[in-house]
Amino acid sequence: MISDVDFHAAYLDSILDRYGHAATNLLQILREAQEHHSYIHPDAIDYLIAKLQVPRAKIEGVASFYSFLHLKPHGEYRVLFSDNITDRMLGSVELMQKMCQQLWIEPGKMSEDKLVSIGTTACTGMCDQGPAMLVNGRTITRLTHQRVQEIGQLIRNRTPLENWPADFFRVEDNIRRKGLLLGNTLAPGDALCAALVLGAQNIAEALKTSGLRGRGGAGYSTGLKWEACRNAPGAAKHVICNADEGEPGTFKDRVLLTSHADLVFEGMTLCALAVGAQHGYIYLRGEYQYLLKPLQAALQRRRDAKLLGKNILGHAGFDFDIVIHLGAGAYICGEETALIESMEGKRGVPRNRPPFPVTHGYLQQPTALNNVETFCQAALAIHMGAENYRAIGTPKSTGSKLISVSGDCPRPGIYEYPFGVTVREVLQDCGAVNTRAVQVSGPSGLCIAESEFNRRLGFEDIPTAGALMVFDDSRDMFEVARNFVHFFAHDSCGFCTPCRVGTSMLKQTMDKIAEGHGTKYDLSEMENLDRVLQTSSHCGLGRTACNPVLHTLKRFRPAYESRLKSLDFVPAFDLDGALARARQMTGRDDAGAHIKAEET
Amino acid sequence: MSEKKKLRVATTSLAGCFGCHMSFLDIDERLIPLLELVEFDRSPLTDIKHCGPCDIGLIEGGICNGENVHVLREFRKNCKILIAIGSCAITGGLPAQRNHLDLGDCLTEVYLTEAGLAHGHIPNDPELPLPLDKVHPLHEVVKIDYFIPGCPPSGDAIWKFLTDLIAGKTPELGHGLIEYD
Ligand SMILES: Cc1cc2nc3c(=O)[nH]c(=O)nc-3n(C[C@H](O)[C@H](O)[C@H](O)COP(=O)(O)O)c2cc1C
Ligand code: SF4
Ligand code: SF4
Repeated sequence: MISDVDFHAAYLDSILDRYGHAATNLLQILREAQEHHSYIHPDAIDYLIAKLQVPRAKIEGVASFYSFLHLKPHGEYRVLFSDNITDRMLGSVELMQKMCQQLWIEPGKMSEDKLVSIGTTACTGMCDQGPAMLVNGRTITRLTHQRVQEIGQLIRNRTPLENWPADFFRVEDNIRRKGLLLGNTLAPGDALCAALVLGAQNIAEALKTSGLRGRGGAGYSTGLKWEACRNAPGAAKHVICNADEGEPGTFKDRVLLTSHADLVFEGMTLCALAVGAQHGYIYLRGEYQYLLKPLQAALQRRRDAKLLGKNILGHAGFDFDIVIHLGAGAYICGEETALIESMEGKRGVPRNRPPFPVTHGYLQQPTALNNVETFCQAALAIHMGAENYRAIGTPKSTGSKLISVSGDCPRPGIYEYPFGVTVREVLQDCGAVNTRAVQVSGPSGLCIAESEFNRRLGFEDIPTAGALMVFDDSRDMFEVARNFVHFFAHDSCGFCTPCRVGTSMLKQTMDKIAEGHGTKYDLSEMENLDRVLQTSSHCGLGRTACNPVLHTLKRFRPAYESRLKSLDFVPAFDLDGALARARQMTGRDDAGAHIKAEET
Repeated sequence: MSEKKKLRVATTSLAGCFGCHMSFLDIDERLIPLLELVEFDRSPLTDIKHCGPCDIGLIEGGICNGENVHVLREFRKNCKILIAIGSCAITGGLPAQRNHLDLGDCLTEVYLTEAGLAHGHIPNDPELPLPLDKVHPLHEVVKIDYFIPGCPPSGDAIWKFLTDLIAGKTPELGHGLIEYD
């Protein structure tokens, strides 16, 4: 019989070999170790400490940071319901209750026979075909009562995931409106050939002329970014594609990676040419693990076609290849510096900026990091020519934008428009009626009411990373904001106090109001808190975490006020209930062992 | 000419260590001009047992038991302006370190399991206040008007805050006087 240690050593050795025994690959190593054993076993950690020569605190620190890594067993089947507001609107809460009843377990706890655990996770990027869930990391879409029941049966019967009906795992693209990107007819290599004709040194300049701005949210000029990276001193340079797509309600990168992966790779290779990089990476969110194999196959096809590898398209010295890093369930890793930390095998805590990644990025070397869609747009802009590109869209927001539409509308999915489209046009196209509010660009973005539907998507008016969630007049905007506040509290990385504490306090106050104990005082306290978050957080997460409450308070105040008690003040917790444990321990029940509510 | 009416000030320590009160005394000789402007109601300085109507209440320490709740309510009822002073009052502070433990386990460990406690039992005299399951900051139990952060805030900070308030200004601590420990 082999000992436990040998058991873990056997699979860890092959993983370590593949990752070059490098502690910078710790996240990837831990992820794969977990695949072998469903959780990261203490013996596996001991072995890694010895082999990687890193302290236990580092390994456990990383493992405990990411929601999809586990230091404790959580059952053979781990079920996570996607908990975005759009999943909830499609009935996910009830489905989860049903499933818990069916399997006789409590949410968040493992069943006694160690078979299954059920919990929730942040938006899985399937808002157009929800409610969705992950089972052992695999995405399942379009949940219904019947489907959930079937899943319960499959779990009870211990049916291996590979033998579940393929239809469960089907993910549709739902492309509803095509433009220059989704309608492109480029063959692999077309844009690269155009770039080689243009000359490596002229690419960044051409992109500046095209007016292309990043599609990941901040909207920084892509040409300027690539130029800075090109000019940064350093022999080794990197290109990173941000495919973390964590902003709830956003799923356009998913569709690009599914149906336009070649264009993404083309854009990255073009970037490598422009900045002089040799190494490319895709940071793929853990929720999209099902895309890993198809993407790897696509990469191989490009290598075979001489579009990746050494001497690309026969150009001596044009060497570039791409590897895929998988995330492990942390929204903050979409922030570019947290992403780089995560790629280096650390907790995803945002760095101080400056220095920016273009000079001190991955391994402190010059790095061009862009969103998936940005790489596609860059390839298109170079292929069609900068002047032609800048003719599309608006003066300060050139080109087109993919919008992920979800929520209350009959045709959720991906819509591509030239920048400058009004929210109203999008609503009309997706068939939304009686719309009360629209959340643009996810929880960290902007919530607008009907009077603002003529506003335009673009950097001049409403900037967007691509999400558009629709809420009709049956929806309670307080509950929408509360869902978003919970999301931020869960996904704060915990590094800085204003955000770590502030998002939790916001959550507690929203819950207090939801339970009917809120007062005017709580509303003004939330406004104060929001100011603290906005002004003193370390990164964009904390700075935008206050948006859901601020925006909905401004536009839908009655949704809050109707829940308030008329009192000035109500305690944050049940005072008498807080003595229950002590009463139980002492056996007392005299008057002094109780706290009466104050008469008012 | 009638003398200007003095403001009444009450102070107390709940689940705190008296460090904030000691820091208050660090205003040193400025206590004398202060006493020209204020008189003390309930406070460890006066030994008055119950608080009467006051202008300002200063409270150090968080809320760890039933009695703390009663005292805090008495202060809220009687003080026009209520100030939480120090980390314990504002966040629960050091005593709140017990919040991640189960209260029952704590009591068992201290009174029953700990060696050297022959025939130990968990005290249940009705005279004793019962501990809450968690330690809470003041503002979760009553409305608090101002917070002076620090563990403890310096005598200078307390002086500046009180003199601003007495002068009828919005108190402001500013750089150097705000402490985050
Ligand atoms: C909390 C937070 C989360 C983010 N998540 C993403 C993301 O999922 N995908 C993305 O492309 N950019 C995300 N960003 C923006 C990135 O930091 C970065 O600006 C972007 O990837 C740069 O690429 P671009 O210039 O092509 O837009 C996020 C930023 C913050 C502050
Ligand atoms: S603002 Fe929030 S997410 Fe950003 S560094 Fe601070 S704690 Fe982390
Ligand atoms: S804040 Fe510090 S000094 Fe004040 S009571 Fe608490 S522990 Fe003592």
